[in-house]
Amino acid sequence: MSEQAERVPHSVKLDEEKCVGCTTCIKKCPTEAIRVRKGKANIIAERCIDCGECIRTCPHGAKRAVSDPLSIIDGYRIKVAIPAPTLYSQYDEGRSVDNVLSGLLELGFDEIFEVAEAAEIVTAATKELLAGNAQALPRLPRPLISSACPAVVRLVQLRFPSLIPHLAPLIPPMEVAARIAKDKIHAGEEGVGAFFITPCAGKVTVTREPLGYGRSALDGVIGLRDIYLPLRAAMGKAPERKLARAGRKGLGWARAEGECDALGERRSISVDGISNVIGVLESLENGKIGELEYIEALACPAGCLGGPLTVENPYIAKTRLRNREESAAEALAAPRGYEPPSFEELRWTEPVRSRNALVLDPDMLKAMVMMEEIEMRAEGLPGLDCGSCGAPSCRALAEDIVRGTAVESDCVFKLRDKVRALAKELMALEEIRPPGLDR
Amino acid sequence: MRLACGAGGYGTYPKGQALAVKLRFDVSGDDFSLAGKASTELKRTLARLGIGPAIIRKASIAMYEGEINMVIHAGGGVIEADIEAGGITMTLTDKGPGIPDISLAMTEGWSTAPDRFREMGFGAGMGLPNMKRNCDEFEIESEVGKGTKVRMVINL
Repeated sequence: MSEQAERVPHSVKLDEEKCVGCTTCIKKCPTEAIRVRKGKANIIAERCIDCGECIRTCPHGAKRAVSDPLSIIDGYRIKVAIPAPTLYSQYDEGRSVDNVLSGLLELGFDEIFEVAEAAEIVTAATKELLAGNAQALPRLPRPLISSACPAVVRLVQLRFPSLIPHLAPLIPPMEVAARIAKDKIHAGEEGVGAFFITPCAGKVTVTREPLGYGRSALDGVIGLRDIYLPLRAAMGKAPERKLARAGRKGLGWARAEGECDALGERRSISVDGISNVIGVLESLENGKIGELEYIEALACPAGCLGGPLTVENPYIAKTRLRNREESAAEALAAPRGYEPPSFEELRWTEPVRSRNALVLDPDMLKAMVMMEEIEMRAEGLPGLDCGSCGAPSCRALAEDIVRGTAVESDCVFKLRDKVRALAKELMALEEIRPPGLDR
Repeated sequence: MRLACGAGGYGTYPKGQALAVKLRFDVSGDDFSLAGKASTELKRTLARLGIGPAIIRKASIAMYEGEINMVIHAGGGVIEADIEAGGITMTLTDKGPGIPDISLAMTEGWSTAPDRFREMGFGAGMGLPNMKRNCDEFEIESEVGKGTKVRMVINL
């Protein structure tokens, strides 16, 4: 296990009171990172990629994303809201982007910096990368994989380490927005707080443990779900002000295909939903995808609109977003009040390393012996993948047994075999009479 | 998939005998949707053994190309992969039509893939050369009417 993996904190947490210990989430987890133990679905921290699939699938609402309460903004002199464009799509067409942003000011924020505005800046930097204009960087392998979705970056670290060089080494839009607000617009000022309003479960983790850059400039992450109702009420009271700045290209980032549309790159793939993303990355690793420049890969179905912290159905939200895109300008008007960040300011400054959480043992020979035992054990299991043992499949149980985190009798069928053998033995013993009584 | 390790069973390897994880895959000749399974399984195993990303990439490309070739040209076959401390040996055996001119088949851009596969984006004539490029040792034997055997080694 790498040092990085051990330090990874997670934003997906289990509500023990609500968890009934069913097997829904263990089956859906793309990295087999959940095991039911003592009736509760625990997450194996070093394998979790914060994709939020378990939050989406839990029928009991027992998996939730940790985020900050709205009250976190109290105590800052200047409170800057950093809203994801997904926020605009949560309200019906009667609510313009200006309405939504005015509501945020009514709620107590002093200023707004739209993530969509920063997304346009990141799009421009991505174009530089694709055109090979970024002199400081060696030519990166193609296709580049977007690094905007933190769950996809973590997936690559864990399951596709050979594709790490394909990741576009750029800071994600929400972080760019916070840095511009704090380091450029309010350079040198004290008491400025930047608060991201997000549909995403993985963004909390990424602000605490950034991927590819040092400390995050964000001071808090507020779940869209938590702000939805208070904002709705505030919008009713707020006088509408002209606040929206981002153009169509930035707004589109909230949905699948938005990044590719903004880039105008036809030799690209846009893929959404974590299992579809795995399929595309698998093909890329097999050398099956050639002649492509860019892959936009988003863990949530329909893109960020399908994030686990959203309120609206992602496909309804998509139509609403498209309507807003149509009424917006093509792209951002000239930047206001700040020097646009240079390419150097947007690129990663820290290496993104592979996470070796799947390795059986650092000693390859030991790992090979363990591999054999896993295979032997797996063959002895029923192969039904019923999940009653708490592992997602018989193979995963076999691996857990060899890793020492489970025992064979965790399998109900194996347990039944043992009980039957024991019963037979009891019957046989019952037949035996002491010699003196055996008449 | 079947897997066995060394000889003499778990933990009792005679001195001098290399420890190996052996994988075996039966590649179906009539279900194209299953092509790629062997490559995915191999990758899964290599990752658990802690083998580095660069090797995994080479092995998956070589294995995937081999699998696709078997489905397109030979109606399926058998792939065996032996992972040892010194390297990964992949042996692909089929009972297909065989290759009349191996040096021609090894030429980039030469393809005999039927149209129905070309329509799917295959048949660019890069299969065998790509396999060779991604391994350290490459041997091919083929007999017309009997089949083809490819042996690839990637050093660790």
